[in-house]
Amino acid sequence: MEFIKIENLFFRYDEGEEDQPKNENYVIRDLSLSINKGDFVAIVGHNGSGKSTVAKHLNAMLIPSMGKVYIDGMDTADEALSYDIRRKVGLVLQNPDNQLVAGIVEEDVAFGPENLGIAPDEIRERVDEALKAVDMYEHRLKAPHKLSGGQKQRVAIAGIIAMKPDCIVLDEPTAMLDPKGRQEVLDTIHKLNRENGITVVMITHYMEEAVTADKVYVVDDGRLLTSGTPYEVFSQVELLKKHRLDVPQATELCYKLRACGVKIDRLPLFENECCALLREVLA
Amino acid sequence: MRDVTLGQYFPCDSVLHRLDPRLKIVSLIGFIVLTFCTFNYFSLAVVVATVIAAVLLSRVPVKMYLKSLKVIIIIVIITSLLNLFYGQGEPIFEWWIFKVTWAGIHNAIFVCLRIVCLILFSSVLTFTTSPNDLTDALERLMKPLTIFHIKVHEIAMMMTIALRFVPTLLEETDKIMAAQKARGADMESGSLVSRVKALIPVLVPLFVSSFRRAYELAVAMECRCYQGGKGRTRMKQLKLKKRDYISIAICLLAIAGVVLCNIFLPQIH
Amino acid sequence: MSLLSARDLVYTYSQGMPTEHIAVDHLDFDIEQGDFVGVIGHTGSGKSTLVQMLNGLLKPTAGTIKLDGVDIWAKPKEIRKIRFRVGLVFQYPEYQLFEETVAKDIAFGPSNMGLDAEEIENRVYNAAKFVGLKHELLEKSPFDLSGGEKRRAAIAGVIAMDPDILILDEPCAGLDPVGRDILLSQIYHYHKERGNTVILVSHSMEDVATVCDRVMVMNHSKLTMFDTAQNIFSRGEELGKMSLRVPQITSIVDSLIEEGIPLEKGVLTVDKAVLEITEFLKKEGRL
Repeated sequence: MEFIKIENLFFRYDEGEEDQPKNENYVIRDLSLSINKGDFVAIVGHNGSGKSTVAKHLNAMLIPSMGKVYIDGMDTADEALSYDIRRKVGLVLQNPDNQLVAGIVEEDVAFGPENLGIAPDEIRERVDEALKAVDMYEHRLKAPHKLSGGQKQRVAIAGIIAMKPDCIVLDEPTAMLDPKGRQEVLDTIHKLNRENGITVVMITHYMEEAVTADKVYVVDDGRLLTSGTPYEVFSQVELLKKHRLDVPQATELCYKLRACGVKIDRLPLFENECCALLREVLA
Repeated sequence: MRDVTLGQYFPCDSVLHRLDPRLKIVSLIGFIVLTFCTFNYFSLAVVVATVIAAVLLSRVPVKMYLKSLKVIIIIVIITSLLNLFYGQGEPIFEWWIFKVTWAGIHNAIFVCLRIVCLILFSSVLTFTTSPNDLTDALERLMKPLTIFHIKVHEIAMMMTIALRFVPTLLEETDKIMAAQKARGADMESGSLVSRVKALIPVLVPLFVSSFRRAYELAVAMECRCYQGGKGRTRMKQLKLKKRDYISIAICLLAIAGVVLCNIFLPQIH
Repeated sequence: MSLLSARDLVYTYSQGMPTEHIAVDHLDFDIEQGDFVGVIGHTGSGKSTLVQMLNGLLKPTAGTIKLDGVDIWAKPKEIRKIRFRVGLVFQYPEYQLFEETVAKDIAFGPSNMGLDAEEIENRVYNAAKFVGLKHELLEKSPFDLSGGEKRRAAIAGVIAMDPDILILDEPCAGLDPVGRDILLSQIYHYHKERGNTVILVSHSMEDVATVCDRVMVMNHSKLTMFDTAQNIFSRGEELGKMSLRVPQITSIVDSLIEEGIPLEKGVLTVDKAVLEITEFLKKEGRL
């Protein structure tokens, strides 16, 4: 079932200033994609490619200039629906410091459910559950500024899942974290997708993160460049390089070896896979 | 700079720490009024006994209380002296423009003890109640004020966010200061004017980043379905427990004590 | 004589308090003129404290740091002079921009040094060139630049002081792959052209492996290794124990070596790995 459907999305920022000449520079140009319930999708592209703008369209924080975005059948352009849309699609932002509201972890996680007007006992349950799901339960009484970046970001994720959304959209959730924090956050997102069946849309420029998704959309200059499974996408090494995007070193190595005439029939994404492949070739 | 906390919350486990914060605020107001309604030494003694009991019950080191008294010691001395030298009635002795009377001595003692009690009562509240609990309790206590169109929820939300971001901004100030010092900024020497000027490279980035943070926080709050106080519930429910009722009884007892002493025992002057 | 040498260097936070902890624990090392040194270690290993001591922002609790053989704290009143000679670029340096124009902001360091107007202008121009900031951007407000441009403007602000040693703390944090590659190559060219010493603190093993000659490994406040990049990254197992990893390419080649394929240990770049493998195949006559 299609949960998110974007149809020919165009977007530019200075809409509405009628007397000004309209800026023809769309940030997003004719982008279409659809995401099914339970999917783990990565949207990749470099800074300024428009990928974060796409993220903000998914929970009606931005409204299309042209085209349509449907969330579970609801049109995001309908302002009356934006509250319901935000209940279904939670957005986690890049800087964990600037999205935590309360001075105590558990109270911050409760912020969303409180806004939804849920009964106190149930909020308590949801908060505990959410904190356990991101493995932050033992830190529930701490102040956010005493936590590491990865921990703060996991609290932010707990704050979203306590609202019981069907989908979480993460806008470069690991860009400001160290490798350990990045791994923690990535593991948490995968666990939520696997065990709780939450649809995940992750915006990232780290290719190592994108390769773990079910499906990858590559955005460049506001357009959809290519999409498919990670294997389909990252085998197009030339196209990605041309648009100044990275591929994992494992993929790049095999790609370059193939260019030198070494017989490699398919390009690997992961280290183990690459090792196994090269073992066969070199043995 | 990183460990600065607002108020002077002293985390430890005592009966007073566990009391309902609303009750603590109301009793503080009650005791402050009571302190100024002491008209003889007996009622003053009741108030002083209450304050000593509260200080001991809080299990916060007495040293901490002395520290908070140190700040106002000068005010206490000056007001006591003024009262001492400018009392009404028959002078006990006179020297130059100073004359000391019995009334003056009594006034000085009363003023001094009242101010000390006032500070101690307030310190008991701030030492035993975390800033978060304090805001929370204030919001609930001020709720009736909504009928006067006072935006109680908004005020409380602002306080919560301020408390949340104080440590973050302090940390950021540290970082920016270090970064500008690394570029040769001199913040420790020079005249007052040049020192104020030296703050510009710190304040401008701090303002810019605060606006950025505010913007991002607003987006994050909207993403989490924040729509103001309407229809909002709270996870933490404050319910009065047995210990709260007992402390209400003790407070009432103290109040009754003061009132009875005032009425039935002789006035000093 | 080394350019920069640390002897028995210690830094303790909140000394004498219950929260006391040692951030830098008895370090000894020498850095030579013209070195490009990488500093790696997990968060909280003491890297940031170390670099802040190297330019005199933090005063060591014990031990000495010598620059050109002179203790940097010999004259505490002149510590600013040390900061001009050992330039430090903090993490997310774009958050320190404050002037009306980019040019004025870059000039902040040089004018604190008391240089004359002409010299300052020269330095601003050159520093902007090194980090690839277009000339027309110099008269813009720093707050109107893009994220990547802001970062480069901030780095230019330190380069303009023309330090003998340039220290960069996570200069590529938060940049996308393109931004990272461009910035790294600019830093590398700056180093080559000026022959300056550069110290790069980074979480990215790939970045360190690409540009650094020598690598320092910090673990729990101690300096555990200090060697050439190739030697450091051929000790993947030990690094793993400190929750550090080696670049993916290094570990792929390592595991092939374990399988008995005779390749060189400590390969740091994809191109080098391609070369190694094709040479091996050619030697075997299979290519």
